[in-house]
Amino acid sequence: MTEENDEGRRHEIETPRWTEEQLKKRRQRNLAIAWTLAGLIALFFVVTIVKLGGNVANRPI
Amino acid sequence: MGNARDFFALLKPRVMSLVIFTALVGIAVAPGGIHPVIAFTALLCIAVGAGASGALNMWYDADIDAKMARTANRPIPAGRVTPSEAAGFGAILSVFSVMTMGVLVNWVAAALLAFTIFFYLVIYTMWLKRRTPQNIVIGGAAGAFPPMIGWAAVTGGVSIESAVLFLIIFMWTPPHFWALALFRNEDYRKVGVPMMPVVAGEKETRRQIMLYSLALVPVTLLPGILGFAGALYTGACAALGAGFLALAFRVWRTEAGPAQDKAAKGLFAYSILYLFLVFSLLLAEKMLGLEGIGARALVPGL
Repeated sequence: MTEENDEGRRHEIETPRWTEEQLKKRRQRNLAIAWTLAGLIALFFVVTIVKLGGNVANRPI
Repeated sequence: MGNARDFFALLKPRVMSLVIFTALVGIAVAPGGIHPVIAFTALLCIAVGAGASGALNMWYDADIDAKMARTANRPIPAGRVTPSEAAGFGAILSVFSVMTMGVLVNWVAAALLAFTIFFYLVIYTMWLKRRTPQNIVIGGAAGAFPPMIGWAAVTGGVSIESAVLFLIIFMWTPPHFWALALFRNEDYRKVGVPMMPVVAGEKETRRQIMLYSLALVPVTLLPGILGFAGALYTGACAALGAGFLALAFRVWRTEAGPAQDKAAKGLFAYSILYLFLVFSLLLAEKMLGLEGIGARALVPGL
């Protein structure tokens, strides 16, 4: 029981406390990464279509 | 903790704009066609790769950046981004830009892009910058590669024409940066970066600026001689080159002091405009379909 409390306290000490400002910046960064990844996916999709061209439809079904 | 804007600042957006423009010209003047989407992808990869090497440069140089007025407010010395965040950011973008270029455009362009990032980070930033006054002469190659990468994105190879585009920026870099170093001499002296004026003195630097300018102008005329630029380019380039030589001459002949700073600032500002115009002319000729038209066609009776 005592050990558990100690463990809990240590954990509490080590956890960084985020300020409102830091949380806002982290949110901005997360959004920037999300948009970049979405853009990359879109780019790969569009280039794939461009490279395949008409051959997308030209296959035996 | 940095926000997204601080990380964007790590990419050196102002340097990136010239890189994107020269790469675009490389793509435009290369023979053969390229789908606009592929061309856009190549430009994006070059821009991100250049930005990534900028971030890695800021990571490595954070100690001296903190001491120079011009660079003290960069994200790392200002404490907005940690060095390890910048290193990770630069490394990830380097890998992504090279792999994307390889998969979506071609592997020759990807290999050139990888080599450019390596050259800027390892050869220039880590090895030469703090050791020799020839740092920006050799390191200038990193800034000269983008049009070559653009050319390779279209043709899948390297040629004498793309090497000429490389050579123009390569020869332009020393007078451009030494003009800056002349009026920023104190900054570099303070942090011990052996720029030419710090090591060899201002007089020698002015002489070297003149010599490199004399070598630069004929190199810019090579596209006309080799036949991938026309009379419009060659004529305008000769006139622009005369202006460059006049300003370099003024720098060479002035004595150290305020007059020298003024002349160096003039050459520095003109050098940026000059490179932009030289590449704009190549682009304009290509867009107007004049690149194959020599002086004979434009001037009757010649």
